[in-house]
Amino acid sequence: MASLIGYYSLIFGFCFSFLIIFFSIKNFRDSNFFDSKLISLSFLQFFFVTISFLGLIISFVNSDFSNETVFNHSHTTKPLFYKISGTWGNHEGSLLLWLLVLTLFIFLFLLRSKNQTKQYRILTLLFQQIIIIGFFIFVIKTSSPFNFIFPIPNEGLGLNPILQDPALAIHPPILYLGYVGSSIIFSSTLAATSLNYISREWAHHIKQWVLISWVFLTIGILLGSIWAYYELGWGGFWFWDPVENVSLMPWLALTTLFHCILVLEKRLILTSWVVVLSIATFTLSMCGTFLVRSGILNSVHTFANDPERGLFILIFLFCLIFLSIFIFFFFHKVKTKNINSIFWFSKDASILINNWFMMYFLSVILIGTTYPIFLEVITSQKISVGPPFYNKLIVPFLIPFLLIMTIGPKLKWIKSDLKDKSYLILSLIFSLIFSILIIKNLNTSFLANTILITSAFYLFFSTLREFFKKRLLNLSQNIAHFGFSLLILSILFNNIFSTEIITNMKIGETFENKNFKINFVRVEKKDEQNFKSIIGKFNIENSNGNIEILRPELRIYNQPNIMTSEADIKTNLLNDQFMTMNLVQNQDYFNIRYQIKPFMVWIWLSVLLITFGALITLFRSKYEN
Amino acid sequence: MKIRIPFLFLTIFFLAIFLVFYKGLQNSNIYVPNNNIEKELPNFQAQLFDKDSEILLKDILKKDKFYLINIWASWCVPCREEHSFLIRLSNQKNIEIVGLNYKDNRQNAKNFLKELDNPYQIIISDKDGTNSIELGAYGVPESFLIYNQKIIKKIIGPLNNKLFIEIKKIIK
Repeated sequence: MASLIGYYSLIFGFCFSFLIIFFSIKNFRDSNFFDSKLISLSFLQFFFVTISFLGLIISFVNSDFSNETVFNHSHTTKPLFYKISGTWGNHEGSLLLWLLVLTLFIFLFLLRSKNQTKQYRILTLLFQQIIIIGFFIFVIKTSSPFNFIFPIPNEGLGLNPILQDPALAIHPPILYLGYVGSSIIFSSTLAATSLNYISREWAHHIKQWVLISWVFLTIGILLGSIWAYYELGWGGFWFWDPVENVSLMPWLALTTLFHCILVLEKRLILTSWVVVLSIATFTLSMCGTFLVRSGILNSVHTFANDPERGLFILIFLFCLIFLSIFIFFFFHKVKTKNINSIFWFSKDASILINNWFMMYFLSVILIGTTYPIFLEVITSQKISVGPPFYNKLIVPFLIPFLLIMTIGPKLKWIKSDLKDKSYLILSLIFSLIFSILIIKNLNTSFLANTILITSAFYLFFSTLREFFKKRLLNLSQNIAHFGFSLLILSILFNNIFSTEIITNMKIGETFENKNFKINFVRVEKKDEQNFKSIIGKFNIENSNGNIEILRPELRIYNQPNIMTSEADIKTNLLNDQFMTMNLVQNQDYFNIRYQIKPFMVWIWLSVLLITFGALITLFRSKYEN
Repeated sequence: MKIRIPFLFLTIFFLAIFLVFYKGLQNSNIYVPNNNIEKELPNFQAQLFDKDSEILLKDILKKDKFYLINIWASWCVPCREEHSFLIRLSNQKNIEIVGLNYKDNRQNAKNFLKELDNPYQIIISDKDGTNSIELGAYGVPESFLIYNQKIIKKIIGPLNNKLFIEIKKIIK
């Protein structure tokens, strides 16, 4: 029943698209004022998609296995929370969520853009409706979440256990808010370009949307990363997996876009950058959906290898790309009178230089992710691109990037000379000595690490000083940049100082090295609602005689029958102790992996700090309004 | 008009990308062993596992002989499963097994072999995973059956009984 209502309200929502397009065009031609009917229509469209989404949730909660999606992805013994989150833990449901957010955002956009001109608002609505129609057809035609199956099965197939996790339950919706938020930027930029409407006021208005999408995208990526850290049991937080790359690419584009918008708001230059980046952000999000959903890449996120779906997104994606290229070339006019050449020593110039660096990072990731596909099609060779490729190409360029990030914010707009020269040099020397002291006693490559850490410390100290010097001026920027330096430092230290032990142990055995002693005390067995678990108990005694107890866990899920390994992680401010346990087949040995990962928690905290900086900007610009 | 040339250029560029993706979609089944058959082996310098010296891959693999290059690591759970098959294979006369120790800690790897026995004639160690990338591997475990310095079969994932029998047939 709920499925039926869901299906029909989805069709209803689709019909509203045509009503909206019809009335928009009529309004665009005939009247001077914005027709408030359009807002109501957008609301109704959003309303029907919500009903449809709720219908799917109810089907999941009631375990209505006459619905194919529910049958494929749910099970009666699953806890309620995961029944609900299972709604978007699959291809069909997640697309319905996309659609929900698309319609929600255009409704909010119309509400919040009352000060803008009629033509601009209508055109944005029209472009957004093109995207919405594309997704409606995609959902209804190739991946309807409301297919019936008959005879009705008694039991579902269950949700993949590694997806049964609180962080992962909220990761997709938040990530989608970021992805889909970029659709609003896309539509409104196309509208503004066609109307030649790009101005400082427009920049101010669209900045909010950029920030909102940026915040959601960042938190979404963070949640995914945290999940991978404790659930996949590899002890890392970023694997350069195609799916991670696919979310990082729009993030880089969006971050660059935000900085360009700041320049545009101040000086009305870099308009082409803004237009191209707005287009790039959304098309990269779409491109990500394509790469992940079509099965063209193999990855944990590949939901289903259905070429028909892939083909549809591919055609749709390229239609959008060609539309944007067309609009960019035939409507975009650079306002020549406003072009003052950029002075090389100014804030604008440093933002521009770092934009190019960001574009470089973006292209490295883009090439690394898609090159295997190209190579395979053209020469039928298969290669895999792994972390060494990205590390080698990205890490060295972080050094100039960090240095410019340190100096740039101290410069003035348009033209400036450097004040505080002595301080800047002093803090550079200070960072250098500091890093040498840290690196000196380690057997890692001395020069490369010292330079990297120096540049990260340089940004760290100079932003730290700004907090005391300027107090509230540029607070948000300072917090974000401070967070970034902290992030780079934590990642570097995490890489350099990590230690790892992998060994096989029987119950009662003890492993010992000069830093710590691991004692395998016992295993306990437990029965939970949808899995059985084996919990190991380990005493870890470090050289000071402190004893920690770690309890890694093995879970054997009943539906589907999969074994997962849950790491036990003891977190404190200085380091994480990370332990996983695996069964060794047909033996009474367990394979134990024990890692000490310094500054792990600071990686998460610094990303939160950066997000916090963005939030301050967002609220401040709201307040100014 | 001035804008025509970049516009045309970009359009053609994206059309080309579209075509590549379109083609890519059609052979989206990821594991196609056929294409790798008879492929020339890459030749690279590799670090020996138990000595501090390097050796060229082609110097290990003689002509007119079967080899199985097996990518393994002590931290890899499926590697344990396939190990018994490797041991059985190493007792066959006309094949030698070359181990490629992937991103591993040397001590852990040694313990692994001590515990489960060593089927490898020679082991090279691939600390940063670059040798495996050159071979075209996706991950661990993976095995390449080599004859005349050419890959004649590529096995992704652990060996099992079926594959074991298949290999035995090929080398006879």
